[in-house]
Amino acid sequence: MTDSLAPTAAPKRSLPRRLFAKIGAENIGLLIALVVVIAFFGTLSPRFLSMATFDSVAFQLPELGLLTLAMLMPIIAGGINLAVTFTANLCGLTLAWVLHANGGPDASVFAFLLGSVLAVGVGTASGFVMGPVIAYTGAHPILVTLSMMIFLRGLGEFLTRGADISGFPEFIQPLGHGSLLGVPIPLLILIAAVIVWHIMMTRTRLGFSNYMVGSNIEATRYSGIPTRRVITLIYALSGAMCGIAGIIMLSRFNSVRVGHGESYVLITVLACFLGGVNPFGGFGKVVSVFLALIILQLLSSGLNLLGASQHLATAIWGIMLVGIMILRWAAGQLTFLRITR
Amino acid sequence: MPSLRLPKLLRANPTETWLIIVLVAICLGLSLSSDKFFTIANLFNLLNTSSTNLIFAVGLLVVLIAGGIDISFAVAASVVQYVVAVALLRIGGGDWLIGIGLAAIAGIALGAVNAALIHYFRIISIVVTIATFNIFFGLLMFFTRGVSIYNLPEWWTHRTMLIEFQQANGNWTGLALPVAIMAICVVATWVLIRHTSIGRQLYAFGDNPEGARRLGINIAAMHFIAFGWLGLMAGIGGLVQVHYAQEVVPNALIGRELDVLAAVVLGGARLGGGRGTVLGCILGVFLVSVTQNGLNLLGISPYAFKMIIGAIILIAITLSNAPLGRMVAALRQRSGT
Repeated sequence: MTDSLAPTAAPKRSLPRRLFAKIGAENIGLLIALVVVIAFFGTLSPRFLSMATFDSVAFQLPELGLLTLAMLMPIIAGGINLAVTFTANLCGLTLAWVLHANGGPDASVFAFLLGSVLAVGVGTASGFVMGPVIAYTGAHPILVTLSMMIFLRGLGEFLTRGADISGFPEFIQPLGHGSLLGVPIPLLILIAAVIVWHIMMTRTRLGFSNYMVGSNIEATRYSGIPTRRVITLIYALSGAMCGIAGIIMLSRFNSVRVGHGESYVLITVLACFLGGVNPFGGFGKVVSVFLALIILQLLSSGLNLLGASQHLATAIWGIMLVGIMILRWAAGQLTFLRITR
Repeated sequence: MPSLRLPKLLRANPTETWLIIVLVAICLGLSLSSDKFFTIANLFNLLNTSSTNLIFAVGLLVVLIAGGIDISFAVAASVVQYVVAVALLRIGGGDWLIGIGLAAIAGIALGAVNAALIHYFRIISIVVTIATFNIFFGLLMFFTRGVSIYNLPEWWTHRTMLIEFQQANGNWTGLALPVAIMAICVVATWVLIRHTSIGRQLYAFGDNPEGARRLGINIAAMHFIAFGWLGLMAGIGGLVQVHYAQEVVPNALIGRELDVLAAVVLGGARLGGGRGTVLGCILGVFLVSVTQNGLNLLGISPYAFKMIIGAIILIAITLSNAPLGRMVAALRQRSGT
């Protein structure tokens, strides 16, 4: 809101300042972090600035990215969706079954399309259960989505007996491993999803209501916005995004197992907070979160290139979140001092 | 008249009353459908297997009462297990006292890391503990390379029975040492939050931090006590889990934090602070473990356990948060507009 008002309030500001206002302090910080990470690994390893790194980032980013988008809208609405990964698993299972029921490796494109629609439908349905419970009973989102997570994990384990499901047609492969004009297809799907989410959050009623519900739900309700319907829709959309993530995960691993990407749940929350989303809801930008995701993935790929394990990357992700939060706190203190001076 | 005080106690704690009714109903149903359920052996088995979770649960309860949340405690417990195991092997064995002492120090230290970040940099607890979850787990797996420790000191893995007797079928059964440790932790937590001034301050702080601050309550102390207590419980719970599992596996406890959280909140502790009782916490943990135990005895596939437990928690939360009257009113209001 303040961003769009700022240029009209002070039209004669210098170009750098206007640019700064346009990009936003949050993104400037993230861009600096991005440059630091690239410079750090670029100097340590000459192989870092290469197509291989780009490919590794581009192919690994989408799973985490799509799940983070699914996490983003509930967090901005002042909630959370801890069920994202297991919803994605179940959506993947749905697609796998439709494919298997139609001949496994010989399944037709139509079966794939039908399965994908059903997969997204299953994801949406999971959101349609959680959303109303949160909206109408006032139960805490952490609790509702946590029990949904336990339920979905159990349902998936019950249905698959913990086994991998594989044996899919050849034409799914490009969805997880192919490239279009040199750009990996999963990355294209992620970018498309980011654009859709960005437009939805900045240009639609639902996006606006999402921010308002996260800022002050009572005031929003009194202004005539159907908050309960908004919350239900938010969780349904979050579930739908999990469906897309589930389809991508199926084609990336060429198999479905309940528990794939289990550790991503808290990483998606971490990415949102790193991207400047307010933990209490109400504020946060899709583009900033996308930048945060790129930084996280670059860190992981860079450390991998240096021979360190993924676990060290996990620890550094955590340290980075703490570091950024401390920097934000320091920036807040400085602003406070400037105002009160 | 003591007989009249019980209903009042129940009315003052609707969640606990509700849980007792459900728990009794489940127990009745199970004792009718399985002759193995209502036996001393099964009761002991239930207590033995729930001890780790209940120790974690009472620790988490204190943090929830103080208005925080902690995702990192189960991973912290894994770190404590590893640190204590390595330290004990270095000094050549030790005993229960040294083990618990080391675990307490390590656990409290990890809790203090969370508390310091929350207090000094004003970062909310969920962000801090998600970060420390990743830091603790990442560093633990990095330094240990995921290797387990099996050659533990004898006292640690030796099954000590408090009460022991032979069943009709010749098998020995009994209450293991962890149950005693669990009982001590539960009573200590109850005393802390119900019978000390610190406990009252924790409730007040959780309910209204700003109001508590203006009353002169030491906010820093509250953060450090709550997270330190959970760290202490995580350390002790970690020791007990090793005693039960007979090995130290770095990723054995990962994922446990969410199960414990669900049980504690099911027991009436409020996310957001200021509400929660030790009794509710015990009931929440036992509702989950009795259900699991019962499904096991009824011969239901273990793969279905989590699904059923998840569904039960989801339904319980929906019902306990939605008095039917309010739901009808909400629906009517919606159709009216």
